[in-house]
Amino acid sequence: MDTLTPVLTADWADEQSWKLATYERNGGYGALRKALAMAPDDIITAVKDSGLRGRGGAGFPTGMKWGFIPQDNPNPKYLVVNADESEPGTCKDIPLMMASPHTLVEGVIISSFAIRANQAFIYVRGEVVHVIRRVQAAVAEAYAAGHLGSNIHGSGYDLDVVVHAGAGAYICGEETALLEGLEGRRGQPRLRPPFPAVAGLYASPTVINNVESIASVPSIIDHGADWFASMGTEKSKGFGIFSLSGHVTNPGQFEAPLGITLRTLIDLAGGIRHGHELKFWTPGGSSTPILTAEHLDVPLDFEAVGAAGSMLGTRALQIFDDTTCVVRAVLRWTEFYKHESCGKCTPCREGTWWLVQTLTNLEKGIGREDDLDVLLDQCDNILGRSFCALADGAVSPIASSIQYFRDEYVEHLSNGGCPFDPVASTVFAGATA
Amino acid sequence: MTQEATGLSSTTYAELKEIAARYPQPRSGLLPMLHLVQASEGRITPEGIEACAEILGISAADVSGVATFYTMYKRRPVGEYHVGVCTNTLCAVMGGDAIFERLKEHLDVGNDETTDDGKITLEHVECNAACDYAPVMMVNWEFMDNMTPESATQLVDDLREGTEVRSTRGPRIATWREVERVLAGFPDDRADEGPAAGPASLVGLQIARERSWRAPGGDTARGESQTEQEDGH
Repeated sequence: MDTLTPVLTADWADEQSWKLATYERNGGYGALRKALAMAPDDIITAVKDSGLRGRGGAGFPTGMKWGFIPQDNPNPKYLVVNADESEPGTCKDIPLMMASPHTLVEGVIISSFAIRANQAFIYVRGEVVHVIRRVQAAVAEAYAAGHLGSNIHGSGYDLDVVVHAGAGAYICGEETALLEGLEGRRGQPRLRPPFPAVAGLYASPTVINNVESIASVPSIIDHGADWFASMGTEKSKGFGIFSLSGHVTNPGQFEAPLGITLRTLIDLAGGIRHGHELKFWTPGGSSTPILTAEHLDVPLDFEAVGAAGSMLGTRALQIFDDTTCVVRAVLRWTEFYKHESCGKCTPCREGTWWLVQTLTNLEKGIGREDDLDVLLDQCDNILGRSFCALADGAVSPIASSIQYFRDEYVEHLSNGGCPFDPVASTVFAGATA
Repeated sequence: MTQEATGLSSTTYAELKEIAARYPQPRSGLLPMLHLVQASEGRITPEGIEACAEILGISAADVSGVATFYTMYKRRPVGEYHVGVCTNTLCAVMGGDAIFERLKEHLDVGNDETTDDGKITLEHVECNAACDYAPVMMVNWEFMDNMTPESATQLVDDLREGTEVRSTRGPRIATWREVERVLAGFPDDRADEGPAAGPASLVGLQIARERSWRAPGGDTARGESQTEQEDGH
């Protein structure tokens, strides 16, 4: 198996890759014609057999999720694409939609056909207007070509797609909060059960999938479930986009079979920036516990990263070198979670506020070493006590950073403040020195 | 209340109704409707809230509750250009903090404040999903990648002087109100401007091409024919 396996990213360097003509020249919408000749249940079976697991972070098997839709429910069925990419470090869906929006649109049509939905929504975060333009244009082109609308290619199947812009709320990446936003309400998560498969949008059966999950569907229909499952590891099948950012020579997107290691990825990215060493990294966004150089050879799949004490998440590999203060990094993430807490659940609303207070003092060198235990106690009282995973994500960087870098927290106290020079960690450190 | 009582133009009022009609249940249109209020009125106004409430048959308090939840909705007038600086951890560490400090000083404004000439509103923003281009700024929600304090001050100077500015990965910069209209679901003519992808998005793809790495062959020839084409270049 080759180290990198571009499928979703394969067309991104093509001239006007976002246009229908380019996409179809590369074989696009061939999978749609194939799918429309299949029984919807056979498409669900193919996606189940492929082993595709949700690419939005949680890794739930996509085909199984589709299978949960009660087809005997008299309400309409809906497909909602979660294109609210906002998890810090995550930057794969945005370039995908900008460069190849038709991959997503084709996936939306096939997936909607499979779950028997006649209405789909693509919920794109509002802060990326050019991406929204490209998706709007792709949907319009798909209608004009007869890939969307009534009686698609004579199949008797109808589908309408609405591109919906969000308005700035990290929490709307949580699927039930996203549904609230899509229903024109404050984006606050719902208590589950009932799960969206039973009572989602308008209390009707709803599948919510991440952009990359849906965009992977045409390739599975095109090449077969076995083809997809031939990549990856035993329980983490297929390919995924790995996003390297931070202190590497060439940050960027790398599409590879699940199970590639960070050591390999850093090597492909030209190494850690010159003269420095890897200090810590996130495997899948800021909500996944940080790891260190001792984890360079952990296969990046759901199981191995879990066994290493973190989560694969969105494969958002944020790389920090030895110039970075871990306390500063964690404080900033914590401020983010406090800002984005929707306020519904007390442990999260109040807890993230207290975490910021405690960490701010520690970062300034105010307090005692015992405060670290207070901080961990606060984390214990937040973890698992809210409706959604935002609060759990908020404690991940804190608990993991104390696990690996307790001495650095203590050093802030003994030093009376941060011992690091923030200028040294910037990309323009050399230029302004 | 009637459309005239809400103080919005009849065109805007009709377009608000048009947005609501896109959805199986009209209230689903509220987020894009509020974007349109901003496009038309320059901010979320009491009149805009009343109009949304009237069209959707819900209370103004319901609409207000939504308008105050989402950070892109502004109660105070926004400058012609909304300039966002990512100060989430990765961008902050890579230079976003320094850029934000420099811009506050250079523009003589604080966070979420507008310059006296009404040109620029400065705000620090959260992760905007472009971490491989850190430090990242956004101008009217278009990407400005790989920024430095120097390029940032040049950028805002250009915006204030009316020099044409292009996104590093997108089109000519439109005004904030024009962009809000696109977010409301009324496309402009800029979708085909700018590249398919920036350089960082293509790092892995280029390595794969150089080394002839590809996904295995499958049932049909989609991936195959394409890689053969690439080899032929």
